[in-house]
Amino acid sequence: MHGPIPDPRVATVRQITTDTAGRRRRRAGAGLGVLAVTLVGCVVLSIGIGAVPITPLEALSILATPLGFEPLTGHTPVQELVLWSIRLPRTVLGLLVGGVLAVSGAVLQGLFRNPLADPVLIGISNGAALAAAVVIVLWGVLPFATAGIGRDVALPVSAFAGALVAIALVYRIASHDGRADIATMLLAGVALTAMAGAGIGTLVFMSDDQALRDLNFWLLGSLGGANWERLMIAGPLMLGAGLAALALARPLNGLLFGETEALHMGFDVERTKRIAVLVTALAVGAAVALSGVIGFVGLMVPHLVRMVLGPDHRVLLPAALMGGGALMLLADLVARTIVLPAELPIGIVTSCVGGPFFLWLLLRRRALGLW
Amino acid sequence: MLEGRDLTVIRRGRRIVDDVTLDVPAATVTALIGPNGAGKSTLLHLLSGALAPQAGTVTFAGRPLAQWSRAALARHRAVLPQASELSFPFRALDVVRMGRAVHAGRSGRDHDAAVAVAALEAVDGLALADRVYPTLSGGERQRVQLARVLAQIWTDPARPEPEGAGRALLLDEPTNNLDLTHQHQLMRFARRLADEGVAVLAVLHDPNLAALYADRMVVLADGCVAAEGPVEAVMTETVLTRTFGLPVTIQRHPGRGTPQLVPS
Repeated sequence: MHGPIPDPRVATVRQITTDTAGRRRRRAGAGLGVLAVTLVGCVVLSIGIGAVPITPLEALSILATPLGFEPLTGHTPVQELVLWSIRLPRTVLGLLVGGVLAVSGAVLQGLFRNPLADPVLIGISNGAALAAAVVIVLWGVLPFATAGIGRDVALPVSAFAGALVAIALVYRIASHDGRADIATMLLAGVALTAMAGAGIGTLVFMSDDQALRDLNFWLLGSLGGANWERLMIAGPLMLGAGLAALALARPLNGLLFGETEALHMGFDVERTKRIAVLVTALAVGAAVALSGVIGFVGLMVPHLVRMVLGPDHRVLLPAALMGGGALMLLADLVARTIVLPAELPIGIVTSCVGGPFFLWLLLRRRALGLW
Repeated sequence: MLEGRDLTVIRRGRRIVDDVTLDVPAATVTALIGPNGAGKSTLLHLLSGALAPQAGTVTFAGRPLAQWSRAALARHRAVLPQASELSFPFRALDVVRMGRAVHAGRSGRDHDAAVAVAALEAVDGLALADRVYPTLSGGERQRVQLARVLAQIWTDPARPEPEGAGRALLLDEPTNNLDLTHQHQLMRFARRLADEGVAVLAVLHDPNLAALYADRMVVLADGCVAAEGPVEAVMTETVLTRTFGLPVTIQRHPGRGTPQLVPS
């Protein structure tokens, strides 16, 4: 088929259609810009608010001084200490964890063609949490200490391993003849989540007071454990996985129509699925290692983005990366200021917002006939 | 254009497709008919390259599918699925645009956008452009999908494909969810594409619909080709009665004279 149909009415409709498409593209660009500005605003708030307030100018001054610049404004040594060793690592951790959880959610939703998928749903988060719980509770029994491996290393490493084992297991169970069946994969994830839940429950039952307190950190999630040493291992992994996920945008778009359809459209389906699984496992494993199980970010952020900017993964994935970071920083602000001087686990904050959001989503989707 | 030689697929000891040789020539509509479970969809997936046969080869434009890169093949042959569900609120035009994904980096964004609009226009679907895909009716969705596959193999005379090959369109029971009007609309469109040189293969349930729009018919029964040839040669009482196990009588279409079956 080629050549235009010489009908002026058709030409008009065509022009309107083309204009609409262009307008939506500009809107997506503007949306990403607004998100970037919002993200910067959240970083400023996250750095500035707390027991020791730090203004943006003071923060810039503190950051610039070691680079040889003249101090822009006066700041106290306490502010300097708080920024470098508390606020900054915590903000970086929040950005990374929120970003990769949201992107992982978007990638999994594309992979499963199911808008309700989430890193927690497929069992990755809980696989990682179970491995971490084993280390926390059985620390005295495990040979890490005798091998000279510190707890700060053993914990993240075991969480990575747990996430990888979980996703590999789900993928192995679900794939047949070199193809992964989406429904089986989803059900395997459900089963794995249940098993990990049972394992964690048993460990909670077995644990003493100190271990129980540490376990709560994993079960409810918190950014409080942020420090540069821990970020050194997991930070680059999260950043790399988040950026690698962006390259999956087009094939994920195709995959939404079904695996065979995507194949017919010219996409390398098996490769896309493998990369998606690996990227998600790495990102979520690293995130859980540093901040525990934080639910609903992977569900909420992609949905909010889709509502405003549409479902195209080329916009959705970068928007989720930024939006997840912003949301996480805001949730952390609430978590560490609402019950001063104590701190609420951030997982409680995200669940308080995410649970009702999930229910609203279910009702709304049914009303729209989108099942 | 698209040829399968000695194709065999065995699953759990059953020969789903049994030594089938089939040619889908350029500029014709070839209809693949047969009873449920005869292996029609499996054969279509063999020809599209989605499924590898245990024995036999598929060639497109004279080259085995294995020698085609995934992307080059997708620029020359497209497949319209039975029905496409989509649980995300894409607009119809975005769905059509996805057909151009395989051309990314080869043709400009503006050109791809123009092709998508033209493809939607070709299926008389411009009015659907800004509608949300999951809210469309079955017939509207199938039209949008048709525009998508059309955009995928759309050729631009100014930018010929380096492979220079022709185009093929495979339709997998495309009329399953369509009402009478849309069934005929879709088949008329397939006919038009064939007249422009595209090799069209349509898996169809209804021999009468096939006889009205196809040039050639292939009858598949128990994984084997039971009959093959021009419509006149295949639409006979003997062939159809034997294949479908239902006694039929052949009559002539009052307007076009093509053979049509009625159960006797």
